[in-house]
Amino acid sequence: MTARLLAPLAVAAALLAGAAHAQDRPNLRIGLREDPDIMDPTLARSFVGRIVFASLCDKLFDINDKLEIVPQLATGYRWEDPKTLLITLRDGVTFHDGERMDAEAVRYSLLRHLTMQGSFRRGEITDLETVEVVDPTTVRLRLKQPSSPFLSQLTDRSGMIVSPKAAEAAGRDFGARPVCAGPFRFVERIAQDRIVLERFPAYWNAASIHFNRVTFQPITDSTARLANLQSGTLELIEVTSPSDVPAIRRDRRLALSTVEGLGYWNLIFNIGNGPRAATPMGQDRRLREAFDLAIDREALIGVVYEGLHTPTAQPIPPASPMHVRELRPAARDVERAKALLREAGVRTPVTVDLMVPNSPETRQAAEVMQSMVGEAGFDLRIVATEFASSLAAGVRGDFQAYLIAWSGRPDPDGNVWTFLHSRGAQNDGKYANPEVDALLDQTRTESEPDKRRALYAEAFRIALTTDRARLYLWHPKVIMAYAARLQGLALLPDGLIRLQGVRLR
Amino acid sequence: MSATAASAVPRAESPGRRALRRFLRHRLAVAGLVVVLAFVLAAALAPWIAPFDPVATSWSRIRKPPSELHLFGTDENGRDVLSRVLWGARASLLAGGLSVTAALTLGVPFGLLAGLAGGWVDTFISRVTDAMLSVPFLILAIALAAFLGPALENAMLAIAISASPIFVRLARGMAMEAKSTEWVEAARALGNPPWRIALAHVLPNIVPPLLVQATLAIAEAIIAEASLSFLGLGQQPPNPSWGSMLNAAQRFLTQAPWMAIYPGLAIFLVVLAINLLGDGLRDALDPRARGR
Amino acid sequence: MWGWLLRRLGQIIPTLLILSVLIFALQQLMPGDPAIIMAGEERGDPQVLAEIRAELLLDRPIWEQYGAWLWRLLHGDLGFSWRIRQPVGALILEKLPVTLQLGLMAFVISVAIGVPAGIVSATYRDRPADWVANGVALAGISTPNFWLGIMMILFFSVQLGWLPPSGYVPLTEDWRQSLATTIMPAFVLGGGIAGVFMRHTRAAMIGALGQDYVRTARAKGLPERVVVNRHALRNALIPVVTLGTIELGRLLAGAVLTEQIFSIPGFGKLIVDAVFNRDYPVVQGVVVVTAVIFVSLSLLGDLLYMAINPRLRAA
Repeated sequence: MTARLLAPLAVAAALLAGAAHAQDRPNLRIGLREDPDIMDPTLARSFVGRIVFASLCDKLFDINDKLEIVPQLATGYRWEDPKTLLITLRDGVTFHDGERMDAEAVRYSLLRHLTMQGSFRRGEITDLETVEVVDPTTVRLRLKQPSSPFLSQLTDRSGMIVSPKAAEAAGRDFGARPVCAGPFRFVERIAQDRIVLERFPAYWNAASIHFNRVTFQPITDSTARLANLQSGTLELIEVTSPSDVPAIRRDRRLALSTVEGLGYWNLIFNIGNGPRAATPMGQDRRLREAFDLAIDREALIGVVYEGLHTPTAQPIPPASPMHVRELRPAARDVERAKALLREAGVRTPVTVDLMVPNSPETRQAAEVMQSMVGEAGFDLRIVATEFASSLAAGVRGDFQAYLIAWSGRPDPDGNVWTFLHSRGAQNDGKYANPEVDALLDQTRTESEPDKRRALYAEAFRIALTTDRARLYLWHPKVIMAYAARLQGLALLPDGLIRLQGVRLR
Repeated sequence: MSATAASAVPRAESPGRRALRRFLRHRLAVAGLVVVLAFVLAAALAPWIAPFDPVATSWSRIRKPPSELHLFGTDENGRDVLSRVLWGARASLLAGGLSVTAALTLGVPFGLLAGLAGGWVDTFISRVTDAMLSVPFLILAIALAAFLGPALENAMLAIAISASPIFVRLARGMAMEAKSTEWVEAARALGNPPWRIALAHVLPNIVPPLLVQATLAIAEAIIAEASLSFLGLGQQPPNPSWGSMLNAAQRFLTQAPWMAIYPGLAIFLVVLAINLLGDGLRDALDPRARGR
Repeated sequence: MWGWLLRRLGQIIPTLLILSVLIFALQQLMPGDPAIIMAGEERGDPQVLAEIRAELLLDRPIWEQYGAWLWRLLHGDLGFSWRIRQPVGALILEKLPVTLQLGLMAFVISVAIGVPAGIVSATYRDRPADWVANGVALAGISTPNFWLGIMMILFFSVQLGWLPPSGYVPLTEDWRQSLATTIMPAFVLGGGIAGVFMRHTRAAMIGALGQDYVRTARAKGLPERVVVNRHALRNALIPVVTLGTIELGRLLAGAVLTEQIFSIPGFGKLIVDAVFNRDYPVVQGVVVVTAVIFVSLSLLGDLLYMAINPRLRAA
């Protein structure tokens, strides 16, 4: 294993990096659940890609454990008016190619995110109108309209600043050799095998980085990933299968870290997307409420997820200050569910097709639900579908109910608007209620936290408690396992791995 | 086999009776037959002999090791593994048996044709076979799942399509071999029509390898069905098949090994039995294997 | 002979044409808009999706996409991966040595176990050696790869710490590490196929041992070893050769599950990820290379038939 790290190329690169201190600092190997997609912040989509970016590309802002926005490449911000944001930048930061990170580079990067063909960032910062360079360490962002989620977008890929020189030279191939201002710089990538980064000595916060090299290895099989950790060929892994957790807890050489995540699992009902919405389930909210009452979330999480995840009835996770505390999942009540079905005048069992993407755990969760709702009078038919096919069927409306996850965003807008607003692109069930639309639009401009939370509470009361547009089930925990020698790892709800301050003893 | 020139054995006994006598003398083959029949019976009688409902979940008995109540233990949803193995025999035996039969009927005629006719017919069939072999099974399966809908029968079709090239190749190789023997040359010189040559001289020669391959392919088909059920083809949950039971067990190999062991053992036993049965059949049918 | 060989090699081109049409047709049947699947959670902006479709020609009719692909292929360009934007040709060149090494190792293991076991079990038919060989061979086939793979990892890597549990080191970098990373997956793959060779060798040998010329050879008083090796084995090889070329081809096309478990970056992982992500240029590229492998192997098979049975040359 170590031999692989001594590849001639790697040796040469290490020498160039000033190998004087290289011996002092160990290397770190991280096991990911899958191979990231393109490593260009503007074009990237995948969650695992964000984990790698956390070591490669610093952002204007970051979040803390309370999901508050804290400076990273920026030093501060000030709203001059609801549409004008003044950001001051850290002085003396350089990119991996030695270029200076200044206001001009910020302007370039933001405009690249906004205008590049096929940019996946455009939707996130679509409210941005212009970026003005005030002086080398100050930029002024003008928005088309007031936007409360805007700033939080700059804590993720939209806030990543790339070297203008390198980005200009590489064009659309920038992702093959990304040049940013993060703690590590890009060395090599072998698709489906590894991504290697090395310590960037000129990093603005270099003192907090205690590794010489970080290697990210995609290992799809969760048992194999854990075996790598147990046999010492990896130091840190993403745990995707909670059934591995008891074994990790028993092993004294290993440590486990879990934190409340930002995402959720939910059941989408097809209410208005094409002919398959024309079912009792799609047309009668009482059936959907009965379905909800028939499910015991705690029991399901106990059976499938070792009791780790958190039951929920809403898209905003408990970790968020916008979480609506009053909205809790109803306790299981099969009699009430049966009564609702009688009231609706449907003949039982009510047949419902549930589309489920093909992971073993999801399928098990569906089987548990199948058995629970069966007692209330539903004949739940599980349609196991390959993931990409299920996405397509979801968009097309070729489903009655669809069990799917959302990885979550720090700002509640990213968890709500696009799913419940009638114009939301990910509103696969095509739920539409003008009242809800109006409330959700207000959440985007309301900057006062308490008022914003009240708007969400009201929107959920209509869309969820009354209309039953979707059935929110649980918030998954972020779970990481690592060698007990690894210290100082602080997991945040977004599930990214921040290596600042992390050491290997 | 019809009693044609080559199999002319100087005995009064009818070929069928002789085959049966030979088969019964083969003790292992008889054992194989008994096991296969036992599994078929178990599949047929599953509703009556299974101790539990194979889809009945029990949250208080999740992944319990084998006990007096649950002889094979319980699975991740607290279902009885023994009952699921018994019920699962239905889907798995069907998937194995039917898809291999379909692959045989699809592959053998084309292989024989290619091997006997030669020339451009051979070229065409062989190159199409090469092309089929190069299409990844996964693509075929996903496309079929979308096109035909999720069902066990469609999984069998996908398995049959992807298993057939091997039968084409085998039949072709053996037909080419047989064509070059003196018998066939002699038969041709005597003016026998090609189809009769194929039937009487070539088929008996290619039966042994085809039988071996078919019995092996059953194992592959049973296991392949499992991966298909995850693509939306194959047995749909919560109904069991041995393959899907194995798949579910994958996450719990260390925590609940019985979830993998029993369906795995069932596959092994069926495959072993079918292979022994195949050996016996081949001996019984092979006109040349005398004196045993 | 040379003319025949050239003609056979020339057949690669029509085969590739048949195949590429087949692949583009299947692609049409496969559900899922590649732009949406590529976007994944970021599929919120219809305009971005439209831009992607335009860039990748997904908004054109399928025959136009096919034409563009064929035209590039004629210029030796396999396009680039939609998902990670790397040239498909480079990706394939990167994975080919991995797959060749793993496939050949597995093939050697399976033949080395399967063929001798088949000969032994045919010569000692219905005796304990035969039963043991049969049991082991069939266990290999009916054991799912993931099960054997995980068990080996848990035993050899986690318990004993002898072998790395996953990853791949190229032969050129460090041949010992390279063997250490590939021996377990090669054994899992080879062990599964050994049974195929064993069963076929056994059956063919039993058939051959019952033939007239073998009995003639025995009657002439030739030693049993000579009878077995020279007379029976030679004629028993036809199905084994057929199987060998197909199984080798399958191995070289990539072993999906085994590569997944051992995180070997070979063709199997490449194609699976590409299919699941609808990364069609990668699928097309891998399939083209696979087809060349299969056509070459079936040519090799025919050459071997002739070497075994010279009379086939006439045909």
